[in-house]
Amino acid sequence: MRYHAAKTFEEAASIAAKADGVTRFLAGGTDVLVQLRAGLVTPDDLIDLKHIDGVQDITRLDDGGWEIGVAVAGARLGAHEALCADWPGVVEGMELVGSTQVQGRATLTGNLCNGSPAADGVPGLVAAGAVAKIVGPDGMREIPIEEIPAGPGKTTLAKGELIAAVRLPARGAGGGDAYQRFIPRTEMDIAVAGCAINLRVEGDTITEARVAIGAVAPTIRLVPEAAELLVGSTLDAATADALAAAVSAAANPITDKRGTSEFRTEVVGVLARRVAQTAYDRAKGDRS
Amino acid sequence: MAKDEFREFRLVGTRPDRPDGLDKVTGRARYGADISAPGMLWGAVVRSPHAHARIVKIDTSKAEALSGVKAVVTRADFPTGLTGDEWDLQENTMAGDKALYDGHAVAAVAATSKLRAEEAARLIEVEYEVLPHVIDVDDAIKPDAPVIREGAADATVPEGMPPNVVRYFEHGRGDLDAGFAEADLVRENTYRTEATHQGYIEPHACLGQLGEDGKGEMWVCTQGHWFIRKMCADVLGLEKSQLRVTPSEIGGGFGGKTTIFMEPLSLALSRKAGGRPVKIVMSRSEVLRATGPTASASMDVKIGMKKDGTLTAGRAEFRMQGGAFWGAPVDMALDCAFAAYKLPAVMHIGYDVLANRPKAAAYRAPGSPMAACAVESLIDEMCRELGLDPMEVRLKNAVREGDRSSYGPKFKSIGLVETLEATKAHPNFSAPLGPNQGRGIASGFWFNHGGETSVTIALSEDGTVTVSAGTPDIGGSRASIALMTAETLGIPYENVRVNIVETGALGVNEPTHGSRATFATGKAAVEAANAAIKEMCRRAAVEWGIDPEAVEWVDGAAQPAGPNAGKFPPMSIAEIAGNMGSTGGPISGHHEGNLGGVGASFGCHVVDVEVDPETGRTTILRYLVVQDAGRAIHPAYVEGQYQGGAAQGIGWALNEGYVYGEDGRLQNSVFLDYRVPVASDLPMIDTVIVEVPNPGHPFGVRGVGETGITPPLPAIANAIHAATGARLRHLPMNPPSVLAAIKAVKGG
Repeated sequence: MRYHAAKTFEEAASIAAKADGVTRFLAGGTDVLVQLRAGLVTPDDLIDLKHIDGVQDITRLDDGGWEIGVAVAGARLGAHEALCADWPGVVEGMELVGSTQVQGRATLTGNLCNGSPAADGVPGLVAAGAVAKIVGPDGMREIPIEEIPAGPGKTTLAKGELIAAVRLPARGAGGGDAYQRFIPRTEMDIAVAGCAINLRVEGDTITEARVAIGAVAPTIRLVPEAAELLVGSTLDAATADALAAAVSAAANPITDKRGTSEFRTEVVGVLARRVAQTAYDRAKGDRS
Repeated sequence: MAKDEFREFRLVGTRPDRPDGLDKVTGRARYGADISAPGMLWGAVVRSPHAHARIVKIDTSKAEALSGVKAVVTRADFPTGLTGDEWDLQENTMAGDKALYDGHAVAAVAATSKLRAEEAARLIEVEYEVLPHVIDVDDAIKPDAPVIREGAADATVPEGMPPNVVRYFEHGRGDLDAGFAEADLVRENTYRTEATHQGYIEPHACLGQLGEDGKGEMWVCTQGHWFIRKMCADVLGLEKSQLRVTPSEIGGGFGGKTTIFMEPLSLALSRKAGGRPVKIVMSRSEVLRATGPTASASMDVKIGMKKDGTLTAGRAEFRMQGGAFWGAPVDMALDCAFAAYKLPAVMHIGYDVLANRPKAAAYRAPGSPMAACAVESLIDEMCRELGLDPMEVRLKNAVREGDRSSYGPKFKSIGLVETLEATKAHPNFSAPLGPNQGRGIASGFWFNHGGETSVTIALSEDGTVTVSAGTPDIGGSRASIALMTAETLGIPYENVRVNIVETGALGVNEPTHGSRATFATGKAAVEAANAAIKEMCRRAAVEWGIDPEAVEWVDGAAQPAGPNAGKFPPMSIAEIAGNMGSTGGPISGHHEGNLGGVGASFGCHVVDVEVDPETGRTTILRYLVVQDAGRAIHPAYVEGQYQGGAAQGIGWALNEGYVYGEDGRLQNSVFLDYRVPVASDLPMIDTVIVEVPNPGHPFGVRGVGETGITPPLPAIANAIHAATGARLRHLPMNPPSVLAAIKAVKGG
């Protein structure tokens, strides 16, 4: 195994592009190092990104959005008051990943690139309309988060490409987002189903919405037909029920050791109803 | 309520600091994996990926050629001709002709580093012929089930039974038909519990060394090092006294560390590597795939009840698989099934069944939680049907001193009624409940055990005392033994140090199992202290020139027994110890025997749950454990045992369980997916210690370690029923099962 401490994203991309064996990027390491120790993956090239300038930064952009560096740990997101005020759903998703100790290392980008359909950090990003800033052999590009997962353990990134940062849009007025997952325990578990909703209200009426679901399909999925139901409503009971049904209908889960297909399909709808309420309350000014 | 409530103790019943506390919180305590030695090698084990497969060929040549590899062993390196339990242990240590479960060891390697050993293990090529397998106990007794081992049944199994039935039990008393005829309500249901693992936080670890001269040593995390010595010697054909075994601190065992797994492999590798010590530390995945869980069970229970709640008859038919070897605790499960009840007629039938799973090991009250799950659930169901209060029905039928137990012997002093009364009196029993909440109660029982025990206490020159004990301290026995020894000698608790000593230092000790350490080792320590007191009184008598019978021991000193004995100032233990070199030499006390006098412990649990009707998720709101300790020597440790048993039972009830794929491979071999409760899943577990002293122990101790895991399974099933109207008879009661059951109730 060759270890590389890259100084720039371009250098990291160049090393990855030239590598011909198993290549892994190292930011928090909470997936790579665990997989290494368990004997699941032994990289030929391990490219450490933590030494690149700015990777630990959470930056407010000129347009009011946010840029979150590739090596920012979950615990730092949770400690960032302004970010938490803007995007509580994104932060609460990331904070569900692992234990307190893991939170000291684990990163949003790592959670995304691990490619798990059950990644708790990702549905919130998708619902928020976040984009990934990608560096590769052909330069830099930005793509929506939902276009990155390609299936369990897989991403759409090409050889030599890596994510340099994640960008969240400006929050704007009347916005609120939330994420919940279902696990049989209270913590230290993998989502059996997850749902994130981001919406905007004017008065009591929802004017924009995005709904994302996790752990109920090969990838984390945006559900536009569910979001459409929300827009124009005041989240009355009938809308909430229709939302639950639409979300359940969009789910296409497997049965495995963590839950049955039937259970996941039903519960993701239940979560959608609950998450929509929290996002709605937040949009209306309830910051709890 | 205590029979000798006027007897006051100076130390017994107090809560001093634990003697191992500082070591454990500072990381100084040495656990199994912390032991290293010069020249040490690392071992790694090659395990079968198949549930059932013939081993066609093992090619170790590539591994042997790897630099740093010092030894490779397969079954060919073990002696042949073993029979019975010894063969079973050897077969489980290292597969012979067939791999019998996913995770079964087929080869092992020792190398100069852990990574090198693991690399070498991957280079060992095993050719398998995969055979049909069977996982479920009911499937294993079907006519077309794969046969795991022909001729494995013992003499108890009648002709014509399925070949995977290896032991059969049938016993009872009274007229069962008349009992059921007399009942106003007879109900029979089937209950199933999944296999669960003890889930100790410390994986198995050992360091073994064995020379060509057959002399060896082992440092190991175990509940019983004499068992390790005997079993390793049997499996490897060694002389037992030539193997010296030292136990490490132990990070949990719960019964699972009373047998051997990879320990003989380290010795076999060491012998082949010229006597270099070999360390083997299991991963969590190896622990879950290859070490002893408890059995899974399928149980039919039939009970007769009168309208007033009087029980008339009970019948239990239990089928349990304990892996590919005999040993599912079906016999103990049957004995525990109706132990809490006076029953005029009772019948027990049991089948110990082989399946392609790891060899079951003891797990906290082996068999009793499953039995309680079936019987205590059915009692609750019948009480509901008849509109009776389940607590009053339990009290009405509760066994008392002198009653004949369901399993045979008459009960001596027991505290079931006192336990039930204390439960009723606790505020949790009548706390108000909200929507989607429900309360469940259940009783539990464990026999407890005495067994082979050998203890020595020795005076130091300053009058402090060391106790040499042979039962590894899993649950606070060093503190309780120190308290009882200090109480007996009349000295401060801090003046006693209890050491768990190696196999060369004492006669044979059984492991810390059967809730016996505080009972049996404590009892032997008190007798050993009394022997030392006798000698100290004799030394004083010689000094004073009076008859030894005229000296008594009071408050840590010898003194003349009454005015006629002579007028001498008391001679303290420190004085006697300080002079012992010139008054006859070292002073010690020793006691050993196969200790009897055990007292059974009954418990009653009350649990309040809230069930999310939309997801089936169960939250434990309140949990109460009430149990008879006989006498709580160190009440904080007793409470810890009660809470620990409840926590494990809650996990077993709600989310734990082995998940096998169609291929017979274990799917959830890490703690992420083998879902034991985490701390935030549980409320503070309330405890009440009932003390009905056991007359068979000098301080009245009953073992308390095991009963606590028995009631949670049915108590939670009963609570979920109360909260949702849905009865779950199949564990685990995880959210998908509970949600499906709720929908079934709503739908019909």
